[in-house]
Amino acid sequence: MLFGIPWDTSNDWAFAVSILPILFKGLIVTVQATALGFVVAAILGLVLAAMKSAASRIIAWPARLITEFIRDTPLLVQLFFLYYVLPDYGLVLPAFLTGALALGLQYSAYTSEVYRAGIESVTRGQIEAAHALDLSALRTFVIIIVPQAIPRIIPALGNYLVSIMKDVPVLSVVSVLEMLNVARIIGDRTFNYLIPLSLVGLLYLIMTLLAAWAIRSLDTRLPKDGIPLK
Amino acid sequence: MTDTDLNAPIIRFEKVVKRFGEVTVLDGLDFCVRKGEKVTIIGPSGSGKSTVLRILMTLETIDDGVIHVAGEPLWHERRNGRLVPAGEAHLRRMRKAMGMVFQQFNLFPHMTVRRNITEAPMHVLGLSRDKARRRAEKYLDLVGLADQADKFPSQLSGGQQQRVAIARALAMHPDILLFDEPTSALDPELVGEVLNVIQRLAGEHDLTMLLVTHEMQFAKEISDRVCFFDQGRIVEEGPPEQVFGAPREARTRAFLKNFLEAD
Repeated sequence: MLFGIPWDTSNDWAFAVSILPILFKGLIVTVQATALGFVVAAILGLVLAAMKSAASRIIAWPARLITEFIRDTPLLVQLFFLYYVLPDYGLVLPAFLTGALALGLQYSAYTSEVYRAGIESVTRGQIEAAHALDLSALRTFVIIIVPQAIPRIIPALGNYLVSIMKDVPVLSVVSVLEMLNVARIIGDRTFNYLIPLSLVGLLYLIMTLLAAWAIRSLDTRLPKDGIPLK
Repeated sequence: MTDTDLNAPIIRFEKVVKRFGEVTVLDGLDFCVRKGEKVTIIGPSGSGKSTVLRILMTLETIDDGVIHVAGEPLWHERRNGRLVPAGEAHLRRMRKAMGMVFQQFNLFPHMTVRRNITEAPMHVLGLSRDKARRRAEKYLDLVGLADQADKFPSQLSGGQQQRVAIARALAMHPDILLFDEPTSALDPELVGEVLNVIQRLAGEHDLTMLLVTHEMQFAKEISDRVCFFDQGRIVEEGPPEQVFGAPREARTRAFLKNFLEAD
């Protein structure tokens, strides 16, 4: 029994069916961690990308350094650091938040590169035309560059969304009850690992296929020249 | 002709130097344009023609010299009686006097034709939406595209796109309009419609126009003055009849001869 839901070990099929609701509880946590991690990665990545494209070196260099550092160290190390070191400095976050934050931080390094490529894909002429019309730098970024960059970066961002989802099981080491952790606990208690782990694999496959399909359909629907704003 | 004495120049380059790395693109250029004058710059590619326009539009900086636009230094501002490099606020104010039409049109592909034109008047000049729209309609009408306002640039031909770009520049009510090879990216059959629009603008008495073009016949028809550029300097300038009809300099003759043969 887990989360108050009992399992039925009379045969394999009954067992599989009975633990599905338990795994779903873990799946919800997995999806939540993915969503929160992605939001953090999407926002922080944009900030890093904007900093990296800044003319001032004092702004650009720290962003480059942070990106490089994050990319070159394992997610697990960052997670342990956030989970075990930050409390020493008075910052205690629940395991779930720490985990989602670590995921977001790790992937912000990747999304910042995606944004940068997207920004750079907007031709020089567009920026020059905005300049000739005397539009401010901020306005040029918001209404000229971003709407044209977004359709070009959707596929790459989507791939990272799927990657984040696949990295969520790492959070199990700091006791987050995501789907893999739930399956392991079921295995520990029933001595049957095959069925819960197989179900986890299957559920993951369904989720990633769904996500890939959603991204593809979004991508084909977005106009390639940019998003017409009204 | 000492025309600068009669009428104060709206654009004045004094010993302007522009380098790209090792290459000196403008080599101590002195150059004046009077208010309302239509000046065409011709010359071989790489002679610094487009750079003159790009510097005026503040898309390129200068390495030496001074440029005055409407009596004010463009790249410098006076602070405590001294000329110092201009700050962004000064540049933005100076840019308001100018508009530019680009070789590649550079319309915003994600906006309708109307929004391409209304965006800057609304957010830079502070016009209301209604006013900006009326202005857009007026200039779309002027370039003969009144019925295309709701289309996206990709739905228009190159010639139509360039006409929209002209309307977009005009909607900012510039004193000076810069044309950087406005027909070079167009299919031959679309050149005429764009030149017609520019020709109509040339009738505007107050509008100062500075064009870089390879359309010699067109330059002959609309220009008050033609400047032949080579190697970062003006080799020869004068009324079109003189520069095209009886060029004094050997280099001008060689260029025009090559050009006519290439045609």
